[in-house]
Amino acid sequence: MESIILQLLNGLDKGSAYALIALGLTLIFGTLGVVNFAHGALFMMGAFIAVTLNMLFGVSFEVEDPTRTDFLGNVMMVDTPYVVYWFGEDFGNWLIDWSVPISVLVAIPVMALIGVAMERGLIRFFYKRPHADQILVTFGLAIVLQEIIKAFYGANPIPTPAPEAFVGSFDVGQLLGFDPFAVMYPYWRLVYFFFAALIIGLVFAFLQFTTFGMVVRAGMADRETVGLLGIDIDKRFVTMFAIAAIVAGLAGVMYTPILSPNYHIGMDFLVLSFVVVVVGGMGSLPGAVAAGFLLGILQSFASMSWIIELIPGINQVVIYLVAIVILLTRPRGLMGRKGVMEE
Amino acid sequence: MSFSKVSRRGVMKAGAATGVALATPTLFTGAVWADGHTGFTNAPGEGSVTLGFNVPQTGAYADEGADELRAYQLAVQHLNGEGDGGMLNTFSERNLDGTGILGRRVEFVTGDTQTNSDAARASARSMIERDGAIMITGGSSSGVAVAVQGLCQDAGVIFMAGLTHANDTTGKDRRANGFRHFFNTEMTGRALAPILEGLYGADRKAYHLTADYNWGWSQERSIRAYTEGLGWETVNSVLTPVGAGDFSSYLTPVANSGADVLILNHYGGDMVNSLTQAVQFGLRDMQANGVDFAVVVPLFSRLMAQGAGSAIANIHGSTNWHWSLSDEGSQAFTRSFGTEYGFPPSQAAHTCYVQTLLYADAVQRAGSFNPCAVVEALEGFEFDGLGNGPTLYRADDHQCFKDVLVVRGKENPENEYDLLEVVEVTPRDAVTYAVDHPDFVEGQLGSCNPGA
Repeated sequence: MESIILQLLNGLDKGSAYALIALGLTLIFGTLGVVNFAHGALFMMGAFIAVTLNMLFGVSFEVEDPTRTDFLGNVMMVDTPYVVYWFGEDFGNWLIDWSVPISVLVAIPVMALIGVAMERGLIRFFYKRPHADQILVTFGLAIVLQEIIKAFYGANPIPTPAPEAFVGSFDVGQLLGFDPFAVMYPYWRLVYFFFAALIIGLVFAFLQFTTFGMVVRAGMADRETVGLLGIDIDKRFVTMFAIAAIVAGLAGVMYTPILSPNYHIGMDFLVLSFVVVVVGGMGSLPGAVAAGFLLGILQSFASMSWIIELIPGINQVVIYLVAIVILLTRPRGLMGRKGVMEE
Repeated sequence: MSFSKVSRRGVMKAGAATGVALATPTLFTGAVWADGHTGFTNAPGEGSVTLGFNVPQTGAYADEGADELRAYQLAVQHLNGEGDGGMLNTFSERNLDGTGILGRRVEFVTGDTQTNSDAARASARSMIERDGAIMITGGSSSGVAVAVQGLCQDAGVIFMAGLTHANDTTGKDRRANGFRHFFNTEMTGRALAPILEGLYGADRKAYHLTADYNWGWSQERSIRAYTEGLGWETVNSVLTPVGAGDFSSYLTPVANSGADVLILNHYGGDMVNSLTQAVQFGLRDMQANGVDFAVVVPLFSRLMAQGAGSAIANIHGSTNWHWSLSDEGSQAFTRSFGTEYGFPPSQAAHTCYVQTLLYADAVQRAGSFNPCAVVEALEGFEFDGLGNGPTLYRADDHQCFKDVLVVRGKENPENEYDLLEVVEVTPRDAVTYAVDHPDFVEGQLGSCNPGA
């Protein structure tokens, strides 16, 4: 039972990342009709915003410490970060320690700018082009972006830890009446799950309860009629692109303590997220979220050792098997609109 | 027969003929013959010789690859008489004097293996065919090493393996043109098992997570053989894909599996992730079966320790070499590398640097770049002064036999490089296995191939 609860938590955690990326993907497809293969790169850029802020807070000057020697036997140079020098030991170290959560505040405007630049600078020229063209150009853009990151940050993963307060595991089992230490789960992974739930809730609330969201939903359903009412739907769709970029970026920022980011982290998630969108139903926001969690949980359970023993390799193909079954039996996906992917 | 018929001219002719006959074997294996012989792949001209450094510049082992490349560049500098000479000053052989190899300036080309056998073979092929590389070296993955070793054998160039730890490299997949300085999983098992017994006793239950490729299988097989030999029970072993990133699904069942030891048969970025996540899941701090839960990393390295940060505390493993060793050779290399790059070298850097020097020395001793002459010079070659004590390149399998280190992750490192401490130097005799060891017996070196 403990194993099942742990795998469920793992699944929810993986599913959180899949759902956040798939949510942005499906927002863009639903509003702009663009299949954005550069969406994984937006996740990666979010992760590297956290890396950059962590590095910036860590920029330091060297002072000789005559009491210590380095590996060559020379007098050791001790680093003092500027933030510690400027703001004092307590606040300076707190800034460094909390660099990942603080990056969320930085990522919102930066990702919005990146999103708008991407849409205005490239994507808008492909609205009326076939999906194949859109896929090619956005895939090309993704490769360019990841090569830029590689050139600046190198090819190696860059550890970006969670704040000290979130290091260690929470005894989930005791809450559920199990023995102490029976179901321990890392704090930061729980934080990630609740953060993802909050972001998903905010996006849905925005679309459901604001006039802007109402217009966007109307535009998703019938773009032409909304246009005839004198509403500049394109302007609103640019905003939606920016929101999708912010959601992907925030997903990347908060994921850095779970998996040290490298230049291809976005590409690793992109393929899975597309499968999530297809399974959930192209253009369906609830579908993307539901399929994200569903496939995350399935993948997690498929990694249990007795299942792998029974069907070797199932953990690596389970998502694709589900996608094949769904597409064969229900081409529009679990919650997709009739007609999409059914022609 | 009368002695009067023996003329002075006849005696001189006979003497000359006898002299030629006696000198013949030397002539055909020595420098005179070798210098004039160009019937081999990429025979260098008079000015320079090109070496091919094939390392992972991207992917899960990119950290190691970057450090390997630094070491190769340092070795080239030293061979060409630049810098402080590093281990040329401590090497027991004195054939390398900073004038390149056999008077040719050393040049090099590099390739990216991407930790992928196909990509590694393609870049090695390109270096041999397009750039004229006469020796290929590098690695950081046993799968890659085995693939490139086969290619070098077919092409007729020498392969001086970099970081490759699977038994197969000098076992089932050994080749006459290939040589490995690095230790292997059998040696890790022999060095680590007595330490594990001392630390954790003979009644333990182990859970293995194993990288699903050539090296991972080899590592698991060896460590299982030796821990089960101690009396440990293997509760479970699960194969994990290389580059999995998130190992949480594989780690969560460990806590309730009945195991009290987790053995991570992972390396590079995978090890960084799996070890960090194992600690995040509280495995290092929990108790099981009434004892403290233990995590073991059979193949450890300073670069991995750096990536895993505080997660390494009190974790044991084996390593080929460590910069903190106090012998003259290790100190010379650490000083040379540290001065050049500002941080100490990794074990990957060390083995690659040493391999380059060993190749250059073998060519120098053979008096020829002909791969068959180099093979002959390296087989059964005994040397010292390169950081692991007296070392033998065994002729039967082209495997180096030398001391193996057991290390532990420090709890309170003094600086960012002071992460591992050497807890045991297992002597060469204790890690040497018989030529007919069951894990190695399938391999055949075959004959050396000089190529063209």
